[in-house]
Amino acid sequence: MRHILRQRELIADQWRYLGEQLAPGEAVVVPFAELARERERWWAWDGRLGVRLAPVDRVEDLAEELPRLDLVAVEFPSPGEGRGYSQGRLLRERYGFRGELRAVGAGVRQDLVFLLARCGFDAMELAGGEDAQAARRALTRYPVAYQPGAAQVALRRQRFHAP
Amino acid sequence: MLHSLITPERGAPNHTVFSAREGAAYSPGMYRYDELDQAFVDARVAEFRDQTRRHLAGELSEEEFRPLRLRNGLYIQRHAPMLRIAIPYGLLAARQLRKLADITRRYDKGYGHFTTRQNLQLNWPKLEDVPQILAELATVQMHSIQTSGNCVRNVTADHMAGIAPDEIEDPRPYCELIRQWATLHPEFTYLPRKFKIAVTGAATDRAASEVHDIGLHLVRDARGELGFRVLVGGGLGRAPMIGQVVREFLPRAELFAYLEAILRIYNRQGRRDNIHKARIKVLVKALGIERFREQVEAEWQAGRGAAAQLPAAELERVRAFFRPQPYEIRADQDITAGASPRFKAWYRYNTRAHRVSGYRAVFVSLKAHDAAPGDMSAAQMEAVAALAERFSFGLLRVTHTQNLVLADVPQQHLHELWQELEALKLATPNIGTLTDMIACPGLDFCSLANAGTLDVARQIQQRFDDLDYLYDIGEIELKMSGCMNACGHHHVGHIGVLGVDKHGEEWYQITLGGSASGFTALGEVIGPSVPKHEVAATLERILEVYRAQRLEEERFIETVRRVGLKPFKEQAYAPHPAAA
Repeated sequence: MRHILRQRELIADQWRYLGEQLAPGEAVVVPFAELARERERWWAWDGRLGVRLAPVDRVEDLAEELPRLDLVAVEFPSPGEGRGYSQGRLLRERYGFRGELRAVGAGVRQDLVFLLARCGFDAMELAGGEDAQAARRALTRYPVAYQPGAAQVALRRQRFHAP
Repeated sequence: MLHSLITPERGAPNHTVFSAREGAAYSPGMYRYDELDQAFVDARVAEFRDQTRRHLAGELSEEEFRPLRLRNGLYIQRHAPMLRIAIPYGLLAARQLRKLADITRRYDKGYGHFTTRQNLQLNWPKLEDVPQILAELATVQMHSIQTSGNCVRNVTADHMAGIAPDEIEDPRPYCELIRQWATLHPEFTYLPRKFKIAVTGAATDRAASEVHDIGLHLVRDARGELGFRVLVGGGLGRAPMIGQVVREFLPRAELFAYLEAILRIYNRQGRRDNIHKARIKVLVKALGIERFREQVEAEWQAGRGAAAQLPAAELERVRAFFRPQPYEIRADQDITAGASPRFKAWYRYNTRAHRVSGYRAVFVSLKAHDAAPGDMSAAQMEAVAALAERFSFGLLRVTHTQNLVLADVPQQHLHELWQELEALKLATPNIGTLTDMIACPGLDFCSLANAGTLDVARQIQQRFDDLDYLYDIGEIELKMSGCMNACGHHHVGHIGVLGVDKHGEEWYQITLGGSASGFTALGEVIGPSVPKHEVAATLERILEVYRAQRLEEERFIETVRRVGLKPFKEQAYAPHPAAA
């Protein structure tokens, strides 16, 4: 059973990834390329639908699918891969995506969850071996921030704000 | 003009504020942390302490620890870890320099190395001590955050900021604001590659801003409004490039929104498949400046509703920290009359004009002829901290040429200050001359280096030890790097020296005609590289060509531009045609 750190709670994942055992009506996450290829099929899926974005995928190309989506999973294949932070902010701020924004991949480490949360990620599938409790604590590592960001972490003070 | 300097219209911080942490007096003239800033660096120290503990306990592999330690300025080098401490835009209070001295004594070998990015490097700290070093730094409002790694690095500025006669606006408040905006930026802490920003507010570019990823020039538009000319895509290292103007005028309030647009374009499109093609300069070149500009402008317009704002009140809050010092205006005087030739030489080469009459800016030369360029001992640091308090409002600046500056010295104290600096071996009257060379630490310390720089520096210092000869050669910039990464800025040296590895031997490639001040240009290679023992002799032959070819009053770089490289190429190698 996969666990997800979601809004500071560790919960059992209710989503299936394409390729995993999937019952009709179950919530499923499909790769963006798959959604683009089989658009009609997935729009007609009898259940909640999510999509998985690779670092090279453009958020702009996903815009038309967003009304159908309850989850967007963004890949962080390594700790140094930073494109997902931009994808996350764009989804939240520019495209107004309100569903679950989930960081996935080997790069999702306790040392990065604060950044992820500030970019709008409300769910993290921690990389194998990561200490979930330590990751939960790391969400509140910083009591202050300079930049505007999503309110996933409780801050005492923030210096700069968005309009 | 002068009156507005002496009677600041803006509100200013209280002059006798004490920091809560150690009761040390805060130095007016620099930014002072508030509760947010202090809470942030304290949290950062705690985080790195935990990360280091996990690494030493085997919970974090070296590969996993690496990006985390790099973002705290910690490299693992040839002999030991190297810790790069941030000196934001080069500004340092006496009490901070004292703390640095204390740290080098307790945790290192009693000296530090000032870098071309206005930082201080410690070459011998123990990994397990680094969290404690960072905690010590935090007690004097310092840190090592983002001094390495693929993120926005320490923001650099003109070392004459606030005192230069040719200044339009002091760049330091903007540097401080950018420092804060960039610190642990949630979107831009894992960029494709490092990202360097320099800000200048003067007519003369003393910050090498055109060879930075972003260069910001404070300018006034036709209505007299302050804003920025924004350059992008400059950089040294492999494939050096000069920055191009992406926007002629950016209103100050849009600073963060525009930086975010540039960084977002870069973060999304910059290459991550090849470390040598990952800098923003490669993206700008691939797209062309026109297309790059179109994308940035579109991103700016689309993103400004969610980007960090820079409200006027916040700008004024930060500007107030950098208000002019309470100067006592006196008539400029000729204090060299009747003085010793050595003092006269020091005055001429190691001091600079100040915008307030009666004051001079003084270079503390870290280029003594028997020392590694940029190195300073703990004893020297402590002594200079005391001199800063006696003579220059308790503040210092680090220059990108690896010297220190006491910016506000009353002219009547210059002779006394000179005597003190002489006793400390910090008054070598060579600023702006050949031996005021820039050099990275090279093969002796750096694990990236291909060749030594410090022993070559020594060779050059020994060969050109005669000050009269140096003065005859006049103003010249010699810059030396131990590898392609160009930490020593060799591309923009009037003479550049680049160490290369040839079958396990150290050789040196020489370039001429580079410049990063005023008219930015990249030097050109004049011929095959030379073996180590030949570097100084080759330089001497090059200088002889200059002496033979120069017109009256013509500086070296001007002669090179006028006559071209040909005579230099012909002469530099003449006695050694066999040089490979």
